[in-house]
Amino acid sequence: MQAFTKHSGLVAPLDRVNVDTDQIIPKQFLKTIKRTGLREGLFYDWRRRKDGSPDPDFFLNQPRYKHATILLTRDNFGCGSSREHAPWALLDQGFRCVIAPSFADIFYNNCFQNGILPVVLKADEVQALFKGAAQEGYRLTVDLDAQTVTTPEGTAHRFNIDPFRKNCLYKGLDAIGLSLQHEAAIAAYEKRRRTEAPWLFTDLAVR
Amino acid sequence: MAGKTLFDKIWDAHVVRTEPDGTTLLYVDRQLVHEVTSPQAFEGLKLAGRKPRRPGATLAVPDHNVPTTDRKFGIADPVSAKQIQTLEENCREFGITLFGMNDVRQGIVHVIGPEQGFTLPGMTIVCGDSHTSTHGAFGALAFGIGTSEVEHVLATQCLTQTRPRTMEIRVDGKLSERCSAKDVILAIIGRIGTAGGTGYVIEYTGSVIRALTMEGRMTLCNMSIEGGARAGMVAPDEKTAAYIKGRPLAPGGTLWEQAVKAWQALPTDAGARYDQTVELKAERIAPQVTWGTSPGMVTGVDGKVPDPKSMPDEKSRKATERALEYMGLAPNTPIMQIAIDKVFIGSCTNSRIEDLRLAASFAKGKKVAKSVQAMVVPGSGLVKQQAEQEGLDRIFKDAGFEWREAGCSMCLAMNADVLQPGERCASTSNRNFEGRQGAGGRTHLVSPAMAVAAAVEGHFVDIRNWN
Repeated sequence: MQAFTKHSGLVAPLDRVNVDTDQIIPKQFLKTIKRTGLREGLFYDWRRRKDGSPDPDFFLNQPRYKHATILLTRDNFGCGSSREHAPWALLDQGFRCVIAPSFADIFYNNCFQNGILPVVLKADEVQALFKGAAQEGYRLTVDLDAQTVTTPEGTAHRFNIDPFRKNCLYKGLDAIGLSLQHEAAIAAYEKRRRTEAPWLFTDLAVR
Repeated sequence: MAGKTLFDKIWDAHVVRTEPDGTTLLYVDRQLVHEVTSPQAFEGLKLAGRKPRRPGATLAVPDHNVPTTDRKFGIADPVSAKQIQTLEENCREFGITLFGMNDVRQGIVHVIGPEQGFTLPGMTIVCGDSHTSTHGAFGALAFGIGTSEVEHVLATQCLTQTRPRTMEIRVDGKLSERCSAKDVILAIIGRIGTAGGTGYVIEYTGSVIRALTMEGRMTLCNMSIEGGARAGMVAPDEKTAAYIKGRPLAPGGTLWEQAVKAWQALPTDAGARYDQTVELKAERIAPQVTWGTSPGMVTGVDGKVPDPKSMPDEKSRKATERALEYMGLAPNTPIMQIAIDKVFIGSCTNSRIEDLRLAASFAKGKKVAKSVQAMVVPGSGLVKQQAEQEGLDRIFKDAGFEWREAGCSMCLAMNADVLQPGERCASTSNRNFEGRQGAGGRTHLVSPAMAVAAAVEGHFVDIRNWN
């Protein structure tokens, strides 16, 4: 996983609440057995008009956002389905950071598994960033270590993040490798639990 | 000493270790796997040279892509076929038990877990699917995860988690006749909103919940995620044990006695505290119908489509306007005047035998309206078999419903069951998002009884006084 330390990038604003993962990437793109190449499916139904042609009004179809790396959006972003294809598609498009007043839990988790930083800011702070982003070429600097989002004017908005998650993302750690370091603790847990609750260990026959 | 909630007891029993900031390595008892969210997880294992830690704790089944028409013709879409084939290959390579497409036990992952006795009280259960919350009906802690976490659980049988907060949703009183668990959960989501449960695990309590059957509780817990909560749970009781007893993967003999005794200690202690409590009165719950593009956009069947102008703030006004435009609905339209084109009875929310029995009891002797195409998709091959033994398939077919093979089907339209642009569907599924059932399709979420009545009349009717 790519580490996230400090990132400066162009902001693309998506002014909608409750953007669900079905919108971020519709079902037809979930048939893949790969993690890559999902850019084509990102906001697929919103990017097109009814006749199938690209909708020039949709933000990601506008040249000014072509190189955007920070997605600015509204409440409850990423709700619905657990599909990790949603962060995969955002990453494939080039997004490294999503800023919103709130996120759905599963999507929030999935971002951390893919080197994307989801930043929760207060609603009025997000509102101020939306105002700023009306201006072409609006950029923000996101500093994970300092836990700040800094505007071109120099205003720094502070955000919260769990120390453990922060460390993993900051160093780009392999989450599975990290858990495997606790093999002894897992084995000890299983041994104890097997005595306490043996019915939990009647495994399916391995064929 | 303060007592513990059902959630606290299960969480505490599964902690392997805790980091200084509270981040917990949580042990996972069971994992369910389907074809859509697992290929990249298995690929990850292969690339890292890792093996599943406890392959026998995982059960796999294809459900999202499977055709609901005759299986002997295979899958027309080669990409879908490839995904299912990949699941088969991965299960073979990694020693995971699979109920293949032609196995009578195949079905929707959240139907077959409980059906097989794979889902038990007190367990931690995960699946790369947000509707894993369904299994909470048994007093298990069950939640959806992403594909990276699927891989994590395969490799370590653990997950790194932060402890969620707890929310009690208490529903007391008497539910009106013909209202169901589906109406209760839609009313709850209407009340707390689609993000109301974010960061929480919900425990459903109260006389109405206790009175629900196990399958009703599954319907209830299934849609917890639609209220933002990753998990919803109901304390186990005699009904829970009775439902599980004798199922193929349920414990037997002395293990059964031991397990039942442990389950009796799971319910929330008197005096335990929840971080938040929400109360609903059952008498005020009418049959529910969603009118918008989010499950929280819901009202009673006797209500009207809301007027954006009456919304308290600009944010909800904009969201409502957008939803009405997508849904092709005018403000203040009475719900009962909304005409429909399709009816879908199925999904992990409402495709179990009780759902089908109830739907059949309303369909008996009736005819689906000429303007409507209606289908029934059982949740599993075994549900289908049971329904056929009871003659439910005949009732549906005589009434003009299509009777299909088991799978997720038109809940998310990954297979060939898809709404056409502009088509309006009364659906017993769980999501009315834009395009969920097909690009441009318009979904209204309802209970199975309401779906049957809508199929017959061609528009929504109040099931409470329909005959």
